[in-house]
Amino acid sequence: MVTLGYAGRLDSANVGALWRQTADILKHARPSRVIVLCEEIEYCDGSGAGLLFYLRLKGLKQGFAVEFKGLRPEPAEMLDRFDADRFAEYGKEKRHIHPAEEIGHFAWQLFVDVQEQLAFIGELHVAMVRCLVRRRQLRWKEVFITAERAGANAVGIVSLIGFLFGLIMAFSFAMPMRQFGVDIYVADLVAVGLVRVLGPFITAIILAGRSGSAYAAELGTMKINDEIDALTTMSLDPVRFLVAPKVLATIFITPLLTVVANVFGLIGCGVVMLSLGFPLVTYTNHVESAIDSGDVAVGLFKAVVFGGLVAGVGCLRGLQTKTGPSAVGISTTRAVVSAIVLIVLAEGVFAVLFHYMGI
Amino acid sequence: MSNEIEPVIRVEGLSAGYGDEVILDDISFEVYPGEVFVIAGGSGCGKTTLLKNMIGLLEPDAGRILIDGDDIVGASGRSRHSILRKIGVMFQTGALFGSMTLLENVRLELDEFTDLPRDAANLIAAMKLDLVGLGGYGDYMPAELSGGMQKRAAIARAMVLDPQILFLDEPSAGLDPVTSAGLDGLIRRLAESLAITFVVVSHELASIYAVADRVIMLEKELKKIVAVGPPDQLRDSTDNAWVRRFFHRQAE
Repeated sequence: MVTLGYAGRLDSANVGALWRQTADILKHARPSRVIVLCEEIEYCDGSGAGLLFYLRLKGLKQGFAVEFKGLRPEPAEMLDRFDADRFAEYGKEKRHIHPAEEIGHFAWQLFVDVQEQLAFIGELHVAMVRCLVRRRQLRWKEVFITAERAGANAVGIVSLIGFLFGLIMAFSFAMPMRQFGVDIYVADLVAVGLVRVLGPFITAIILAGRSGSAYAAELGTMKINDEIDALTTMSLDPVRFLVAPKVLATIFITPLLTVVANVFGLIGCGVVMLSLGFPLVTYTNHVESAIDSGDVAVGLFKAVVFGGLVAGVGCLRGLQTKTGPSAVGISTTRAVVSAIVLIVLAEGVFAVLFHYMGI
Repeated sequence: MSNEIEPVIRVEGLSAGYGDEVILDDISFEVYPGEVFVIAGGSGCGKTTLLKNMIGLLEPDAGRILIDGDDIVGASGRSRHSILRKIGVMFQTGALFGSMTLLENVRLELDEFTDLPRDAANLIAAMKLDLVGLGGYGDYMPAELSGGMQKRAAIARAMVLDPQILFLDEPSAGLDPVTSAGLDGLIRRLAESLAITFVVVSHELASIYAVADRVIMLEKELKKIVAVGPPDQLRDSTDNAWVRRFFHRQAE
């Protein structure tokens, strides 16, 4: 038999220490009966009642009788309000998820995600074709606003990054190539690299971080506020109404931004070449002979595809937003990550494709 | 409520508003321990503004708000903390943290302000959920529950540290009559059994009749309290036209 006595205030400030002592005593004693002396309890709040109730639950679980002596009517009444049966689950360990189950779950999620993406691509194409056939179906105002926000407002950052990229590339190639006396060919190298690959690539990455995330956040917030559902009940297709203008505007502005990135990249490269002592005309001649209209066309074609990917996946992640305060944040992150992965994958596909096509 | 009992809240000469716009003009009242005190009035009369002033979220332009003898106006640091520990608030939408389970929502203050062991905090939080009729829902996320359940969970969270006063903002807003009546019953039961003082903002007549010991009526044009008293008394013997219309649901 164990006799416990509590005195003074049993409130949230004091119960913590008492709880630990009580648990400690019960662990070592393994009693058949516990008597709790309560005469000297001055005050007992919800936390105090929690401690007394804990003793009662413990007694039921470990098979000892608990007797409260001298407990005043108010706390006794409070204690009786709780049915010990309803707390049978209390303290049970949560079920652990088996790794195999987790892998299966992950694979299924991946499958569903791919399925959703395919469906979305289909829907988007139908909506775009419809908009192009019946031009009044497209919200042109929305297209121009998006083009301004994602395009015109991005010219500054795209030119800055393009300039620095050209500068850094030229500088890092120039040093080793100078050892072989071929540093003039830095101009050819940077020009081809920039126009064919890196110009569209950096533009698309900037676009993914700047606008793809914004699309996801915008549509995600609309989803949470039931605005998407409101559109659906008005029999307006959210893909046509919200996604198509964004995708169209982005496809339109990405090649333009790519041209800006290319031009400023070449200027950056030019600064390095001039500082290495080459006259401007030599540099421009080399650039002109290195790239032809085919290279420019390849770059711009890639930009169109990248623009579609960034806007499409941004909008898709936005529409997939779930509920809760962190949902929009998660959608934005997923939009940027998916966009970057898709850009790199597409870049790889293009590299192989253009090689075999001989472009 | 006789005047010999010390009031638990005393509002003196409170004026409040937003910028140049005055919403409440020089109002005073007292709330006594253990009563369910309802702040009522039409839309836009400043009920929520008054509540936000009383819980320290807004600073009034003038006046004092004494919570258990301490002025919450201008209180900061330790004194503000000790006043806030005496009150619990249920917001209109519940304001449960969406990224936490119900049990974690309720347990939060126990974890932050006490040294209770983990299982103790869990048990106490589960008991509070049981008190509001949500026993067994501890592992649910707020988004998985109905509006009424979210509000009940918010009450459980507000009372986890056994505050003297619970402030409830529009407990029946957006709920069906049955759920709303259930919530009213819960408020009465908690007030009677746990001796908590309730300050309830409401404009629902049925709910006011069901819970209120005393009501104050705010009026939009005057920006003042136009009536104080038990709801039955206000309904039967008022000479104020607006209060009469409110209690008899008449249009202007």
